[in-house]
Amino acid sequence: MFKDKDRYLSVVLIAPSILAVFIFIYVFIGWSVRVSLSKWKGLSADYTWNGIKNYIDLFADPRFHVDIRNTLIFTGVFVVGSILLGFFLAVLLDQGLKGEGFFRSLFLFPMAISYIVTGVVWRWLMNPATGSRTSGLNLLFSYLHLDFLQNAWHTTPTWGIAAIALAAIWQMSGYTMALYLAGLRSIPVELREAAQIDGASEFQVYRYIMLPLLSPVTLSALIILGHMSLKVFDLIIAVAGKQLPLDVPAIYMWQTTFDGLFYGRGAAIGILLLISVAVLIIPYIRYTLKTETQS
Amino acid sequence: MKPKLRLTKYWLYIPLVGMAIFYLLPMYVMLVTGFKSFAEIDLKTMWNLPHGLALDNFIEAFSKLSPSLLNSFVMVIPAALISSMLGSLNGFILAKWKFRGADVIFPLILFGMFIPYQSILIPLVVFMRSIGVTGLPGLALAHIIYGIPITTLTFRNYYAGMPQELLEAAKIDGADMLGIYRYILLPISIPSFVVVLIWQFTSAWNDFLFAVVLTGNQEWPITVALNNMAGSQIISWNVQMAGSLLAALPTLLVYIFLGRYFLRGLLAGSLKG
Repeated sequence: MFKDKDRYLSVVLIAPSILAVFIFIYVFIGWSVRVSLSKWKGLSADYTWNGIKNYIDLFADPRFHVDIRNTLIFTGVFVVGSILLGFFLAVLLDQGLKGEGFFRSLFLFPMAISYIVTGVVWRWLMNPATGSRTSGLNLLFSYLHLDFLQNAWHTTPTWGIAAIALAAIWQMSGYTMALYLAGLRSIPVELREAAQIDGASEFQVYRYIMLPLLSPVTLSALIILGHMSLKVFDLIIAVAGKQLPLDVPAIYMWQTTFDGLFYGRGAAIGILLLISVAVLIIPYIRYTLKTETQS
Repeated sequence: MKPKLRLTKYWLYIPLVGMAIFYLLPMYVMLVTGFKSFAEIDLKTMWNLPHGLALDNFIEAFSKLSPSLLNSFVMVIPAALISSMLGSLNGFILAKWKFRGADVIFPLILFGMFIPYQSILIPLVVFMRSIGVTGLPGLALAHIIYGIPITTLTFRNYYAGMPQELLEAAKIDGADMLGIYRYILLPISIPSFVVVLIWQFTSAWNDFLFAVVLTGNQEWPITVALNNMAGSQIISWNVQMAGSLLAALPTLLVYIFLGRYFLRGLLAGSLKG
């Protein structure tokens, strides 16, 4: 639609951004792949060919096994928790109660805060001390005579990472709520009313009408939350520092590269993370862009 | 239908208020701890209200964190402004002038929004050192470039909704591409700019990973400084709580006053612009 001069100009204007993205994302990914195939260990770069040895070593590395287990537990608890809680909150807010806007803002505000702040506060809330030194949520449970809920939180063997997921649910469930609420609002009122006239109860309306119509929202939430779990990093650092029982790939990568100077291994972890994220995200981008052109 | 349901639905406030308490618990602890005097501080009375309003903790936390708060502002403001400007230009070009290859380039840009930064971290650090852009300018540059995907997406979706007739009319009046952008699209883009600026401000302010690998201790932004404070044995938990509140305050204030725009940015981040 534009003249030649404008065609030329728009290329000139967009070129720096495209070039920057191309270099900082795609060239860098290629570069990381190359590092992951090298023997680089130590301060000075070493690109000596090492084949896929770094990857093979990782899969035999007990620490990486812990990372995979922790990522699976975290993802399960975080994704399921955020989706259930987010859906529950969205349905609650969908009832046309007074103060809806206030509650909505309240459930969403943790999104504005950094994982580091969340982590520092939850570290004290999840204080595992017992006896006379009991504090945090455990102390609150004892005030409420719910002592059976007291637990060691993130210091629990094997399942400690689930406590971190709890803090993550606190932070992200408002986001899931916002997704569901936007979805609920886009469903025509007539559908609901028709079902109610046919004698459906409120519960049946949500279960058999809304939930199936919301399945694209659920899919988006699964993918977005799932890819976030694969990347979880700062929250764990802020709650517990670098502790082996709570290790995840993102922390292993950071520590082995910048503390241990195992660049080759660090790059391999980074690439494995990228592949796992790409498996989720690439079909999602394709699907979203396709539905966009259709509408 | 709605008015009839009102009366029977008051019980719904019970779960609603219960959930509100859950979301406010950490805020409550941060606030009451922050306002306690040093003499009152005890983990065993963590949930008690303060006896008076003391500012000891905030003063102590601020004296430790003020340089890094300043670092954060110095880095975040240009990062947010520049990546928003670039996003607006890119969005305009991608929405209104589909050049050959645009259909390939756009998803490639989008993918950049989701990548785990661990996969580009080593080249990023090596590259920034080799071009001599380190510390806060390097960190700002990283936020600008890795912010381009989301800012471009938001503006592209916004401009795509603009009626083509508007642009055609301007062209008949003799406006060229830059004129259309400058005099027609830019003035009506203010809401999108607010969305994108807030989003970029929040994500750069809250970032930890880039900050920790790209800056040294003189240039630490607030997230790194707070995390190190929390990790040290010397600084007590009450000061950490006050420090957390200081670190959260700027983005919280933005959220409180501009929450509506924040939500739109959030939904754009899941591609549902």
